Amino acid sequence: METSRDDFVIAIRSAFLKKQNQQRFSLFGLIVFSSLILILGGFNFKPINYLKLAIKEIAYRSTFIVSVPENFIKEKYQTTQEHINLYNVNERNESELKDLKAKDLLNNFLLLENQRLKLIVEDYLVENDKIYAKVLSDKSSPYLKSIIINKGSKHGINLGAVVKDKEYLIGKIVEVNYTTSRVLLLSDINSKIPVLIEPQGLLSILSGTGEKEGIIQYSKVENIIEDTSIVYTSGVGGLFKAGIPVGKINKNNTANLNGKVDFFSDFSQLKFIEVLFFEKRASE
Amino acid sequence: MKLKNKELKKKLLRQLPLILLFISVLNNFDFNYLGLKYFSFNFSYILIFYFSLKRSYSLGYIYIFIAGLFNDVVNGSPIGMSSLMYLFLCGVAAYLRVITLRTSLFKDWIAFMSAILVLNSLSFIIVNLFFGFEISFINQIVNIFFTSLLYLLFSSFFNFFIGNSNVR
Repeated sequence: METSRDDFVIAIRSAFLKKQNQQRFSLFGLIVFSSLILILGGFNFKPINYLKLAIKEIAYRSTFIVSVPENFIKEKYQTTQEHINLYNVNERNESELKDLKAKDLLNNFLLLENQRLKLIVEDYLVENDKIYAKVLSDKSSPYLKSIIINKGSKHGINLGAVVKDKEYLIGKIVEVNYTTSRVLLLSDINSKIPVLIEPQGLLSILSGTGEKEGIIQYSKVENIIEDTSIVYTSGVGGLFKAGIPVGKINKNNTANLNGKVDFFSDFSQLKFIEVLFFEKRASE
Repeated sequence: MKLKNKELKKKLLRQLPLILLFISVLNNFDFNYLGLKYFSFNFSYILIFYFSLKRSYSLGYIYIFIAGLFNDVVNGSPIGMSSLMYLFLCGVAAYLRVITLRTSLFKDWIAFMSAILVLNSLSFIIVNLFFGFEISFINQIVNIFFTSLLYLLFSSFFNFFIGNSNVR
């Protein structure tokens, strides 16, 4: 009994404490060092934050370079897929275009009327500045659904800035470095934004699921959500401008009580994005 | 000239695991463009375990530690987390190397599976309890399942590619 325990201790000692050929540090030493970094990082220890910043600047740029071959394959795969589906997509687009042209006329009138009314109640956010950025990396991890962009504090990016893909909301800035920033996507499990579901006019919270879709939370009236419901930002809290399109409710997925939302933007296809800053404009 | 080429090839082959490790942490092979909902695996775990077990001289602990830091930064996980997990995995591989006389792919696989199950649970507890991140259970389980399954495939591939000679 005692011999086997001794063997175990010897094996553990040999595995964790012995420095092997060309190894400067023992495994145990490095494990202790890693734990220390992890703990101190948790307490926002300044030298660890500086270390993090330095690694970020190197890693984000390297990620972009290293991802070139994979991105090339990805692009070719998507191009092939698009070619295969071209005919069906074109047919659908043509019919949609006819409908949209008709709706556009009415929409312009409503937009102007809405702007005028919002100015009266002093709740109108206007776009203050817009920065275009390139997506350096769109690697999703079990921890974070995020992208890294090539603009940082040097270019005037601030924490919490709104990020859009064309007209659609995709997330907000959660980390700003000198030349890069991280955008937390709406699909991330930690993302929660106030939304408005139209045409029902329901105020709710849209939460990420870690998958492709989002989920409507904290709303007692899920069962009246219709198939055609569109989700916009509500503007509650003042972070997001009201009325930015986010996604639509997918009724096929609403077997459970919570409504699942299909985002308008495809987060795996992001190449260039817009970072927006808003300010409140009072009525004259 | 031929001799030089041969030497260069040898050097490259020697550094290949390290190059692969850094590419995998910086690139995160995830195949997300295929649109597969329930498919993800951790290539770094497979690489680290295999080479720590079979060719411990290929990957230095210090490089593994640095690769972990890079992985944390790219993934957005708490810094030091991946390094800790990678080094624990190295520890398991080193222990297995010390106690095993006759190698068997099946036994290695069982050890690898148990190790990543424990390590992922540990990382889940740390990230969830101490850092307040929410992580999807399903994603973790899918990741563990495919990582352990693909170990067999990659292990055979590495054996074939690098050659089974000079192991342990």
